[in-house]
Amino acid sequence: MSSTNTASAHADGPMIEVAGLNKWYGDFHVLRDIDLTVARGERIVVCGPSGSGKSTLIRCFNHLEEHQQGRIVVNGVTMTQDVKRIEQIRRNVGMVFQHFNLFPHLSVLDNCCISQTWVQKKPRAEAEKTAMEFLERVQIADQARKYPGQLSGGQQQRVAIARALCMRPEVMLFDEPTSALDPEMIKEVLDVMVELARDGMTMICVTHEMGFAKTVADRVIFMDQGQIIEQAPPETFFNHPESERTRLFLSQILGH
Amino acid sequence: MAEMATRNEMIEARRPPDQRRGALGWLRANLFDGPLNGTITLLVLALLGWGLWPLVQWALIEADWLGSTREACSGEGACWVFISARFETIVYGFYPEAARWRVDAVFLMLALLIAWLAIPRLPAKRWVGLFALVGFPVLAYGLLIGGHFGLMAVPTREWGGLMLTLTIAIVGIVGSLPLGVVLALGRRSKMPLVRGICVVFIEFWRGVPLITVLFMASVMLPLFVPTEVEFDKLLRALIGIMFFWSAYMAEVVRGGLQAIPRGQEEAAKALGMGYWRRMALIVLPQALKLVIPGIVNTFIALFKDTSLVLIIGLFDLLAIIRAGLTDSNWLGFAIEGYVFAALMFWIFCFSMSRYSQYIERRLHTGHRN
Repeated sequence: MSSTNTASAHADGPMIEVAGLNKWYGDFHVLRDIDLTVARGERIVVCGPSGSGKSTLIRCFNHLEEHQQGRIVVNGVTMTQDVKRIEQIRRNVGMVFQHFNLFPHLSVLDNCCISQTWVQKKPRAEAEKTAMEFLERVQIADQARKYPGQLSGGQQQRVAIARALCMRPEVMLFDEPTSALDPEMIKEVLDVMVELARDGMTMICVTHEMGFAKTVADRVIFMDQGQIIEQAPPETFFNHPESERTRLFLSQILGH
Repeated sequence: MAEMATRNEMIEARRPPDQRRGALGWLRANLFDGPLNGTITLLVLALLGWGLWPLVQWALIEADWLGSTREACSGEGACWVFISARFETIVYGFYPEAARWRVDAVFLMLALLIAWLAIPRLPAKRWVGLFALVGFPVLAYGLLIGGHFGLMAVPTREWGGLMLTLTIAIVGIVGSLPLGVVLALGRRSKMPLVRGICVVFIEFWRGVPLITVLFMASVMLPLFVPTEVEFDKLLRALIGIMFFWSAYMAEVVRGGLQAIPRGQEEAAKALGMGYWRRMALIVLPQALKLVIPGIVNTFIALFKDTSLVLIIGLFDLLAIIRAGLTDSNWLGFAIEGYVFAALMFWIFCFSMSRYSQYIERRLHTGHRN
C-alpha cells in the first residue's frame, strides 16, 4: 500500500526520536527521563500497569500532551510550541483512541473524508475514493453511509483506524485500541492491526493484548511509574524478563 | 405453604390488545379506555366546554367582522373591525402609503428565503444562505430606508408595527447567534486577555435589565457623543438588543461546548486540524445541535421582548395597537387589541418552536458515542 512508508525527505533518519523526556502534571512526575528511538517500519508495543505513563508518552508524540523537558523529533521535525509545526507533525502521525472518538454528527464516509478535504485540500471525489479504499481494507465499506452511532464498538474502532490511515500517515499510534471493546469484538480490530503491521506500517501500540505483542511486535517496552523499565524483543521479553517488576507485571496479566 | 403457591388450572387468557386504527381506535385507546377513563374524558370535555364556550362565543360567534367604522360593532362579541380598520397601520406603522410596496417586497423576499432555507429538498443552500446573510440585509435596508435610485427616503422613525417588530427580531436573532458563539468560544479560550474580555462583556450585558439597556441607548448615549453626530434611534436599540441577547446566547452555547467530550477535539487535532477547523467542523456542529432547545428558547424570548422598545418611543406591533386604543373614534377596544397582539406574537413564536423540533429530529444521527 502506498500509505505505508512512502519515500520522504527524511526517509533515512529514525521515525521518532525521544531524548531526556520529562513531564509533570503539577507536582506529579508522569514521565521521567525517557529515551527512545523508533526506527522506520518498526512495530513497538508499550505495556505497563495503569498510571505508568504509557498513554501520556505516546500522546506526547503528536502533542496531545505537552512535555516540559527533553526533545521529541518526529519524522525529522523537532517538536516545538509552534502551532504550524505541531500541525505539520500531526499530519504525519495517525492516532487511534481507546474510545474511538469518531465524529457522531458525520457519516462513516465523512469521518474519513473531512480531514482529507479540509486539511489536505483534496477534491471531494478523490477523498471519497481514498476513504472507500481504506474502509474496504478494514472490511467495513458496506457501512460507509451509516453514522457511528449505528455501528458496534468493533466496527467503530475499525472506522477510526481507516480514518487515521486516510491521511496516509508515516506512523500510527494506538492508545489502548481494544480496552473499551467487548471480548468478541477485540479480534476483528486486532486482525486489522496485524494486517497493517504486515504491510510495514510503523506502529506504536499501547495495549495489554500480549498475543498481539508476540505476533507482530519487534520490541516490547515495559513502563512503570513514568520510566521505561525494560525493552526487548517479545521472545526475550516474555521468556526471560530481566527486572523483578516486569516479572511481577507479566505474572499478573498472563497468570489467569 | 407449598400448595398455596401452586395453581392447577390455567389463568384465563387475556383479550388481545385492541389493534383498531383510525379516529375511532385513537378515541378508544386514549380517551375511552374503560368506564373510569371514559367518565373522566366526558367530565373534562364538559368542563372545557363550559369554560371555553363564552370565549368562543365572544371571539367568533357573536363577533363583528365586517365594516369599517365603529357603527359596525354591535357590542355583543368582539369587534374585529377595530383590527381590520387599522390593519395597514398595524403592519406598516407610519410608513408612507405610497412606499408600502417596498415593505411588501422585503416581506416577500424574506418569506421566500426562509422557505428556501427551511425546506431540505431545495438545492443551492449555500448560495441562498450566503445571499440571505449578506445580500438580503443590504437590499432590504436599501429598500426600506430609500433615499436613492429615485426611492422616497423613509427615516426609521416612520417605521412601525409588525414590520418594525420583525426588523428588530430578525436583526437581533441573526446578530446575536454568531456573536454569542464567538463569545462562548472566547470564554473558553486559553488566552487570558481574550477570556477576560469575553467574561466581562457577557457578565455586563447579562447583569443589566433590557429596559435599562434600551434607556441607556436612547437617552444616555447622546449625552456622550457630540451633537453633530446623530445615531439613529432604531440602530442604537438594535445594537443594544443584539449585545444583550448575545450574552445569553453565549452562555447557552457554552453549555453545549462543555457537553462535547474532550476526545472529539483530540481526534480532530490528531487529524491535523487547526483551531478554527476543529471548532467549525467538529465541535460547534455537535454543540449547537445539543443546545437547539436553549437557542430557540432565547430566540423566542428575544422576539417577545422586542415589544419593550415601546418605552423608548419606537412603535412596534404592540405599541401601535396600544396607540390605536387612544384613538377617540375607537375607545374601548383594548381587549380586541391585546388579544390580536397576543395572537400575532404567538403565531411567530410557535412556528419557531415547531421548526426547531423538526430540525432536532432531522439532525438526530443515532446514539451518541
